[in-house]
Amino acid sequence: MKWVLVGMIVVSNTVGDILCTYGMKRRGEVDDFRPTALGRLFAEISRDRYIIGGFVALAAGFFALMALLSIAELSFAIPATAASYVVETMLAKAILKERVNWVRWAGVSLVACGVALIAF
Amino acid sequence: MRGKTRALIVAVIALEVFGNFFLSLGMRDVGRLVVLSPLPYLMALLNPWVAFGCTLLAGWIALHLVLLSRADLSYVLPVTAISYVFTALMGDVFLREAVSASRWLGVALITAGVMAVSRTRPRTTPRIRRGGLIHPASGAD
Repeated sequence: MKWVLVGMIVVSNTVGDILCTYGMKRRGEVDDFRPTALGRLFAEISRDRYIIGGFVALAAGFFALMALLSIAELSFAIPATAASYVVETMLAKAILKERVNWVRWAGVSLVACGVALIAF
Repeated sequence: MRGKTRALIVAVIALEVFGNFFLSLGMRDVGRLVVLSPLPYLMALLNPWVAFGCTLLAGWIALHLVLLSRADLSYVLPVTAISYVFTALMGDVFLREAVSASRWLGVALITAGVMAVSRTRPRTTPRIRRGGLIHPASGAD
């Protein structure tokens, strides 16, 4: 059961982040930071199907994490979910066509190991 | 890196770190809260520190989306992980939380990883045009 929840967390976080990134990239770069422009932006975003889908996935991941924390130690939950960093980077490369060079790969791997260690 | 993207990264990290800090500070007053009912969680919002922390975290979510419109997910995700480092430092200094040796090692690895990723170009993808047409690489930094 623990590993089922870990899988759900990694999948939900990944799907959520990919959908949110795709949704935001599809709108184009936000460049106007005046309050009225930002207000209009967030009103539009709240109706964007990619962003809504992304938030539903991230919310599912959050509740799966809560469930995992109720049956497992934090020192199990955090390292297991640190795998999200690596999975998300692979999918950002495959689906979003981001160019991940070796420096970025090395950095992401160090971050994932560091996050895994932080729970102990 | 362009100035607005840099400013957004700093803002996203600061909002997450201070949001979590004030939420943590307030929840110490609220006390143990491990229930399924949503009511006690809503009551916790009456604590001014909890409310302030949640406001900062709402801003964090909003600016995180804005940042994703300008930079790669594979850049934003590891770079903003530096918030773990600041959260651990603030917990150590201001909340007097015990920070173990392995946690300090984790902090060191995250810092090294963030330094590596921050040397890469924040945006490597072209702009996605509505209707699926992809603009030539000019969208990249």
